[in-house]
Amino acid sequence: MFELLGITPQALFGQLLLGLINGSFYAMLSLGLAIIFGLLNIINFTHGAQYMLGAFVTWALLHYFGLSYWWALPLAPLIVGASGIVIEKVFISRLYHLDHLYGLLLTFGLALIIQGVLRNNYGISGLPYSIPPELSGGQNLGFMFLPNYRAWIIVVSVIVCFGTWFVIEKTRLGAYLRAATENPTLTGAFGLNVPLMITLTYGFGVALAALAGVLAAPIYSLNPNMGAELIIVVFAVVVIGGMGSILGAIVTGFGLGLIEGLTRVFYPEGSAVVIFVIMAIVLLIKPAGLFGRTA
Amino acid sequence: MAADVQKSADVTPVTDRGAKGMSTFHMLIFAGLFVIGLIAPFYLYPVFLMKILCFALFACAFNLLLGFGGLLSFGHAAYFGAASYVAAHAAKVWGLTPELAILAGTGAALILGVVIGSLAIRRQGIYFAMVTLAFAQMVYFFSLQAPFTGGEDGIQAVPRGHLFGLINLRPDFTLYFVVLAITFGGILFIYRIIHSPFGQVLKAIRENEPRAISLGYRTNRYKLAVFVLSATFAGMAGATKALVFQLASLTDVHWSMSGEVVLMTLIGGMGTVFGPIVGATVIVTMQNYLATWGAWVTIVQGTIFVIAVLLFREGIIGVLSKWLKKPL
Repeated sequence: MFELLGITPQALFGQLLLGLINGSFYAMLSLGLAIIFGLLNIINFTHGAQYMLGAFVTWALLHYFGLSYWWALPLAPLIVGASGIVIEKVFISRLYHLDHLYGLLLTFGLALIIQGVLRNNYGISGLPYSIPPELSGGQNLGFMFLPNYRAWIIVVSVIVCFGTWFVIEKTRLGAYLRAATENPTLTGAFGLNVPLMITLTYGFGVALAALAGVLAAPIYSLNPNMGAELIIVVFAVVVIGGMGSILGAIVTGFGLGLIEGLTRVFYPEGSAVVIFVIMAIVLLIKPAGLFGRTA
Repeated sequence: MAADVQKSADVTPVTDRGAKGMSTFHMLIFAGLFVIGLIAPFYLYPVFLMKILCFALFACAFNLLLGFGGLLSFGHAAYFGAASYVAAHAAKVWGLTPELAILAGTGAALILGVVIGSLAIRRQGIYFAMVTLAFAQMVYFFSLQAPFTGGEDGIQAVPRGHLFGLINLRPDFTLYFVVLAITFGGILFIYRIIHSPFGQVLKAIRENEPRAISLGYRTNRYKLAVFVLSATFAGMAGATKALVFQLASLTDVHWSMSGEVVLMTLIGGMGTVFGPIVGATVIVTMQNYLATWGAWVTIVQGTIFVIAVLLFREGIIGVLSKWLKKPL
């Protein structure tokens, strides 16, 4: 088979696949951040911790209750989403009249607490979670080997992302949400229960993060810090894409994952920082972000 | 439009100020703090006190940006840590005297501040926080991989050297007074900035940027200037810390360090003169007592964050200032 600049196609496609998987996580997490930001006007710093919680709940369901991956897939997002609703009701809802920055600081504090508690109980060495037997193995595509579980992640995340996009952009419920994002006071005046929508939106965004956590549990190291580093990259993704558009968040997420994968092939040392470099370039050329409306 | 001229609590009335713009009340407090600083090493462990001093300067530098510029940077560890690496490298590999090593570190933070600041001020509010955090993470990855930083080990056994080639700083007790002088010099300089015409323009931008623009101020230049100043003093604190602990490590550039300095400023009182000093003292002391408790430090810090944001947004000095009806 062909070789490109001394790189075998196996290595190239393997890294592209890894990039696409990272991109799936970026897309799901930045989508959740964008939805929450749209309605609540806060940046949810707890997002990384909630992604990690999703993975931990998946592990705990198996470990303590013997419930398999397929049970965790709906249950973990529900449980973590419900905890998010509690957080919104108890803490975040008290801050809406204040500067956005307080929301950032509050959710940062909550993230520290969640991570600290889990680190106390489970250490940082990582917990084992194996790929469900139905999804083990893989397909030989001729030019590369595609593990089934990785394909599954990409399929689920594409379905979830576009499902969310469809609901928000094309349905009546989505129209209500967009109206509340645009002008909460006026939407409330039309008889819609905006505070309830805000609470449920936060719960949904958090559940999305938890779902990403469930998907990540079998392939990434399952430890209390797994979300903290990821969320900073997702912040950069959000800055690059701009939070104005749902589709923008999804496209930017997948795209940056692919670029990161390519960088790992051609210039491995740069792969950790390539997204931040792209962010710097975007800030220079189009400060509002690729899909952003004027800040 | 007299009705919406805001009376900001932290602007000292002109009549209360001395010749150099410093109120006598504040001068008394600074003098008191300095005397405490001089006596303290006779009773407490100097290295612990030096840690407080370094973080007090760090928090004051951060407060210059957040409290007076109204810009929340979530990546101040970048300047603190980069400066500590450069100072450690300068002292250990280049063999520079301590004052030059600190200058080198501070200079590095200044340059980094110009580069990151000019990009970050293109976005506002929450985006500004995310951009600064992301760039700080980039500096972190650079520190992890660069050849001179020693990766996970950091730069260890940094020599403290001889001040101006004369005074041996090896004993903690001698070094303490140098650090005290650096910290007080830095904090007084920051105080002078806040109470200069430049500082007044900053406050105007913080309160109402469109109006400041309409009055003819190029607000982006002011924002960049305060960003660079803040990064520079943060760097000075980091460089000094590298000499105190004879170590520059990844902890100094990690995002949790950026969070810590936010917490110190928040708990002490954003936009107050003395708040960050108090906040740094409280947090460093707490870390000292909880050091053996592992992850509990994180939990306690997170809890303080939540409580401070929900119930105690003015901070210790902010509340005290309200109570005394005097700006502190």
